Amino acid sequence: MGRFNQSRAPIYEALEEFRQNRIVPFDVPGHKRGRGNPELVELLGPRCVGIDVNSMKPLDNLCHPISVIREAEEMAAEAFGAAYAFLMVGGTTSSVQSMVLSVCKKGDKIILPRNVHRSVINALVLSGATPIYVNPDMDRKLGIALGMKVSQVERAVRENPDAVAVLVNNPTYYGICSDLRTIVKLAHANGMKVLADEAHGTHFYFGRNMPVSAMEAGADMAAVSMHKSGGSLTQSSFLLVGPNMQPGYVRQIINLTQTTSASYLLLASLDISRRNLALRGREEFAKVTGLAEYAREEINRIGGYYAYTAELINHDSIFDFDRTKLTVNTLGIGLAGIEVYDLLRDEYDIQVELGDIANILAYVSIGDREREIERLISALAEIKRKYRRDSAGMFTQEYIDPRVLVSPQDAFYAEKESLPIHETEGRVCSEFVMCYPPGIPILAPGEEITAEILRYIAYAKEKGCSMTGPEDPGIERLNVLKEVWA
Amino acid sequence: MEFWFSEMHTPDVKLSIRVDKQLYSGQSSFQRIDVFESPEFGRFLTLDGYMMLTERDEFIYHEMITHVPMAVHPGARRVLVVGAGDGGVVRELAKYDGIEQIDMVEIDEQVVEVCKKYLPQTAGRLKDPRVRIYYEDGLRFIRSREDLYDLIIVDSTDPFGPGEGLFTKEFYGNCYRALTEDGIMVNQHESPFYGEDAKACRRAHKRIVDSFPISRVYQAHIPTYPSGHWLFGFASKKYHPIHDLRGEDWKRLGIETRYYTPKLHEGAFCLPAYVEQLLLSVEQET
Repeated sequence: MGRFNQSRAPIYEALEEFRQNRIVPFDVPGHKRGRGNPELVELLGPRCVGIDVNSMKPLDNLCHPISVIREAEEMAAEAFGAAYAFLMVGGTTSSVQSMVLSVCKKGDKIILPRNVHRSVINALVLSGATPIYVNPDMDRKLGIALGMKVSQVERAVRENPDAVAVLVNNPTYYGICSDLRTIVKLAHANGMKVLADEAHGTHFYFGRNMPVSAMEAGADMAAVSMHKSGGSLTQSSFLLVGPNMQPGYVRQIINLTQTTSASYLLLASLDISRRNLALRGREEFAKVTGLAEYAREEINRIGGYYAYTAELINHDSIFDFDRTKLTVNTLGIGLAGIEVYDLLRDEYDIQVELGDIANILAYVSIGDREREIERLISALAEIKRKYRRDSAGMFTQEYIDPRVLVSPQDAFYAEKESLPIHETEGRVCSEFVMCYPPGIPILAPGEEITAEILRYIAYAKEKGCSMTGPEDPGIERLNVLKEVWA
Repeated sequence: MEFWFSEMHTPDVKLSIRVDKQLYSGQSSFQRIDVFESPEFGRFLTLDGYMMLTERDEFIYHEMITHVPMAVHPGARRVLVVGAGDGGVVRELAKYDGIEQIDMVEIDEQVVEVCKKYLPQTAGRLKDPRVRIYYEDGLRFIRSREDLYDLIIVDSTDPFGPGEGLFTKEFYGNCYRALTEDGIMVNQHESPFYGEDAKACRRAHKRIVDSFPISRVYQAHIPTYPSGHWLFGFASKKYHPIHDLRGEDWKRLGIETRYYTPKLHEGAFCLPAYVEQLLLSVEQET
């Protein structure tokens, strides 16, 4: 038993009391419990707009919490096994930015895998830090990027002893974990902090037989998307810190970019969701794992599909695997993942989380029931019956080692010009080029554009991948630095 | 004492039935189950507060969902019934000596137990030796069956709640696969009258039209269902519901009915203009 009674939810309780006290509002928000905006009440309901209120003494203030929000943060820290926890209302993007800004100053080096979320590289634009990329292994057969090998991190640390931090995906979008405990030991032995992007790892803190969580592994900070597997409202998140961080300083960093009018809907949802997971998380996630295991068994029985899981573990680039992730390789029925993704939505009214060239990922969570799982399995069986093809040209992503010539921040703010893409070889890119699948940046601000990269972009476009990032949506032109780095 | 059961047919319309007493109330892992006794309709079963059947008018529904396909395909030997925990469809099927096997898939065992105890009028033939009951999700059951049934009767609840999966394209597609080459699927097709029901009806029709070469709709009058005007879907790989009707053969079977006749069979496929329009608009989309 910890210091706190986890069945309490201080922000939720304060809001309930506040509602019962029927305070007359002469403060913002101007809709005044919805009276000024009946259409909004119609949409959201009176309870919802009734607690859309401003910071005030009985409800505390997220920028400088001293009462109920502070208590909610301390309770969350206890629930997650962190030294301190911050309630975040700007999405996990904001948590990731705050992590990076808390440990990296302008010019600092940070070691990270290339398959990071774009919010990480955006954080480098904000902080002025320089990325040292670790090449993630690829699984050619499945067409997915894996975790970082310890040996690769060792090499990056050895070659960059002045780096200040290592960032780790725990897990990747596809549920793959690197050996976080060993990476933490290695980084700490070299005076580096460890940051974990746990956008897909909330359940690691509560479920049994899960990969190790960042806080348990001794990481210094973790960005946890409570709204993904944790059940809180979209845009709400936690930033967790370990004992070697100064919470006061981290709070100052958060306040640089976070709103001063935090939504109590988001805060209360974090509070209630933390309570739910602290009290019932173990059973909830056992159920989620059970549903995912059942679905895998049934999908593999259909034939042609390959729903994979912990059998992939190789104790290195796939150190562990998140068993709640339902990822299905579709190449065996002659269809690309993205094609199955589209068929599920257009023909069967089923929306899955992602479809790439080789896989679909169905997000299974605490909100799922057997009956929806049955629909997904049956729809996949039907897709095989009606749409299977004999073969499909296999697409493999070659990992292209980026050459970082300028820090993302310098590149982002530098003088630039727009050139037709075929004239950009040898220049430094000032924007992102992302390709879905598989979502790894092909180019990030500050990187050299090579002939190999241009060939890859042309190939991916031809294959019908959706490309995002550049100012020119057709990717006919790219923004490059005016200055030429020969 | 005023004791009424009320069901909202729309947010602005409700049907109320005076109740003598409540015979049963329970919560299964899927839904709330209630059985009442009433002066006008006799005993009736509700699931999550929605009317499933009354002793007084259930014959209409059960005869129409069973005898229409059986009069088109009297040679059907293997039949699958999905849902139908009250046993009414099985009772009608059991009247055919030619049927060798009746598989019934019902997700909720508690519904069957309650009906056996309180509604013997419908559940009385569940003990027929040809009947095998599977307590599982209909969608799961059908997934692994191929070229097996001559007739599938989908006696589902509404397209929300536990019956939701039985109104999906994946389910109808799986049924197609589970049927033999001249197989027929008949389903409870909702009502065309009130807005929300009509939408459900349209959606179901679209998905069936996508899955079967022959897809027609027929109607019956069921007093305790919303608007009283109810539809059934007749989907088939080979037989047309009217051109291939074998009324004389069916009559020779000597099956007693109170609602169904081969003459009514033909009439039931003659739909009101607005219903024809509603279905046609769906068919033209595909």
